[in-house]
Amino acid sequence: MTLPGKLTDLFQLGLDAPICLTWELTYACNLSCVHCLSSSGRRDPGELTTDECKRVIDTLERMQVFYVNIGGGEPTVRPDFWELVDYATAHQVGVKFSTNGVKITPAVAARLAASDYVDVQISLDGATAAVSDAVRGAGSHATALRAMSRLSDAGFRGFKLSVVMTRHNISQLDAFKAIADRFGAQLRLTRLRPSGRGADVWHDLHPTADQQRSLYDWLVAHGEQVLTGDSFFHLSAYGAALPGLNLCGAGRVVCLIDPVGDVYACPFAIHENFLAGNVRSPGGFESVWRTSSLFASLRKPDTGGACRSCGHYDSCRGGCMAAKFFTGLPLDGPDPECVQGHGSAALAAASPASPVPRPSVDHSHRTVPVTISRRRPPERDCDENPLAGFAASSS
Amino acid sequence: MAQTSAQAAQAETEELTSDELLVEEVSIDGMCGVY
Amino acid sequence: MSTEFDLDRPWRVDPRVSMRPEPFGALLYHFGTRRLSFLKNQRVLAVVRALDDHPSARAACAAAGVPQAELPAYARALSALAQSSMISERTRV
Repeated sequence: MTLPGKLTDLFQLGLDAPICLTWELTYACNLSCVHCLSSSGRRDPGELTTDECKRVIDTLERMQVFYVNIGGGEPTVRPDFWELVDYATAHQVGVKFSTNGVKITPAVAARLAASDYVDVQISLDGATAAVSDAVRGAGSHATALRAMSRLSDAGFRGFKLSVVMTRHNISQLDAFKAIADRFGAQLRLTRLRPSGRGADVWHDLHPTADQQRSLYDWLVAHGEQVLTGDSFFHLSAYGAALPGLNLCGAGRVVCLIDPVGDVYACPFAIHENFLAGNVRSPGGFESVWRTSSLFASLRKPDTGGACRSCGHYDSCRGGCMAAKFFTGLPLDGPDPECVQGHGSAALAAASPASPVPRPSVDHSHRTVPVTISRRRPPERDCDENPLAGFAASSS
Repeated sequence: MAQTSAQAAQAETEELTSDELLVEEVSIDGMCGVY
Repeated sequence: MSTEFDLDRPWRVDPRVSMRPEPFGALLYHFGTRRLSFLKNQRVLAVVRALDDHPSARAACAAAGVPQAELPAYARALSALAQSSMISERTRV
């Protein structure tokens, strides 16, 4: 009997194994991007060992997870990075990794170009150094371009240039496409979420309503040539749906494994409310994916809540859970960037005095360059108390 | 109303052909929640 | 634009494809193209699995128990898989 209905309905109810997942290998990073979703910078002393990582890969192989997107922090700063990439590909788990390019030497580029099972995403947030370095730090634009040039010279076609869209780079869409074309790369545009350090800069950096509309039009015009990681499904309420599943995959078809083995619904939701378990527990990742009560609740059919009466709900699915959570909006209501304006109305109506949720883990470097806004310093090096510095909030 | 077996087979074929394809494809980059 | 699928040729699943059975059918992921296909019932999975062991796609469908009247629908499914490189014609029978 053929399964009726849409693929998306099926995926919303969750699968026995993720299709792919994000794996943040380390919180260490040579940069301090102002919007870092994982508040990375300093390594956590409790990070998974090489052997523990290999056991996780064995589990992913057994579950037939198709690929992992390895990120961080900057994953290539781990001394065992290549050992783990090779182990994964030797065990039927494809690898895509996100990097700022710092360790992409010509030799590394050659090695990557030779492998069918490893893909690379170079992060860049401005077509010019002025725009990109303001977010990612001085010299980061040059590092990224150098990495792309090396990948291109090594014959790697189709690696990804991955950009987080902000108020300051929406005007550079054509320029980003030109950079990608110049290096034989594929352009990937993703959404800024108010996650990690992103919470501090979101109000200043997220695109305006007019800019969102321009972005949507540009994406529609470029079709499948430009990837989005399905991160703009909230824009589908403007009209024709963008390519992709157009739904939130968190805890249903994807999730995050963090450097200390914590499993979260999504890399944009690093907060105890979205913590499903830890890979070090008995039963490991498989048990967390299949039996966690958080994931069970995410896999219940979505009734839409306050968005149910809006004619656009079927297109936008109420938007991004993480965007709502970290702006203090209820999860069963509109996305803060709802294209109908319901989100900004909700934000305006919210009491300015009520605190928004903050992540309880912060691995930021002690001194973060002051660019767009002031960053509050972390409480203490890797405090054992997960609630250290976390102000109680009503959420 | 009784159907002959031929009519029943025809109805079943129509049901299948009017369904969506037995195969659907999605872009692997189309999973929100992965970098 | 659909190409006519030749049921009488021998076919096989591309070696770069990983097939994952699911309660509803299966997921297919192509490591080269990075595309994901979704087989919506157990029978189409059985057909795809049988391809390599049969001299023709038609024979694979028969082995999987596809009723004659449903063959066009299965041919369309196989055509979609061929267009996304999940399956290809075998050079040796």
